[in-house]
Amino acid sequence: MLEKITIQKSCTIEQHRIVVDDMLVWSSATDMPFSDFAKDAFHHLDIDYPKFYKMDALSKLAFLAAEYILRGEDKDELALVLANKSGSLDTDIKHQESIQDTENYYPRPATFVYTLANICAGEISIRHGLQTENAFFIAEEFPEETIFAYADYLLQSNKAKRVLCGWVEYFQEDYRALFYIF
Amino acid sequence: MTALKEELKRQIIEVLNLEDITPADIQDEEVLFGEGLGLDSIDALELIVLMDKTYGIKLSDPKKGRDIFQSVETMAAYISENRTK
Repeated sequence: MLEKITIQKSCTIEQHRIVVDDMLVWSSATDMPFSDFAKDAFHHLDIDYPKFYKMDALSKLAFLAAEYILRGEDKDELALVLANKSGSLDTDIKHQESIQDTENYYPRPATFVYTLANICAGEISIRHGLQTENAFFIAEEFPEETIFAYADYLLQSNKAKRVLCGWVEYFQEDYRALFYIF
Repeated sequence: MTALKEELKRQIIEVLNLEDITPADIQDEEVLFGEGLGLDSIDALELIVLMDKTYGIKLSDPKKGRDIFQSVETMAAYISENRTK
């Protein structure tokens, strides 16, 4: 289905490798935790954005995929359509652990704010100044037809000039980001 | 008081994930919010939790927080006078 509309650029992040348009742009040892891989990949970008360090893993993954795919790209009227399987479950569990013990009840505000899947879309929008349409779908697998239909609708109805869309999944060290620009 | 300020700087760096900043980079009277360290509203909530969890101080009046969290100096002074832990 995705071949029916023009894919202008792609970015994949999985197994500690970042690939843009089939070209490997960053990789690291596969035995390091995601947090270290993400930090190294962020340093490789050589940008000043301290907020990155405060994000949860899902937002770091989405931020990196967006950063690598949007380098040198025009972001005017760029819409955002993302999907994943686990929502924000990884962070939901961390938050739950912090409020589990009623005798030692100290919820972390910085964790709680990431207990929604579409916060990662917000982080991308803030970073790149996107004030366009955005949507976040939860599905067992990459919902190609839904993503295609929504992206096509945004383009055909002139609600966006281009659409950044894709899959961004993170749960307990298992992760995969697959972003496209249409 | 000096030891408390150093302890506070280490805790602020840790709970707020201030990467590439060391206690030596934070001046005692440096403004924490806005300019200075550039902390935001979520950071303020984290500092409220820190005060409660580590020093047994419950802050319920946001107006007070504005004064208390001005700098490490003001935080340390308030903690010294009000800590229960």
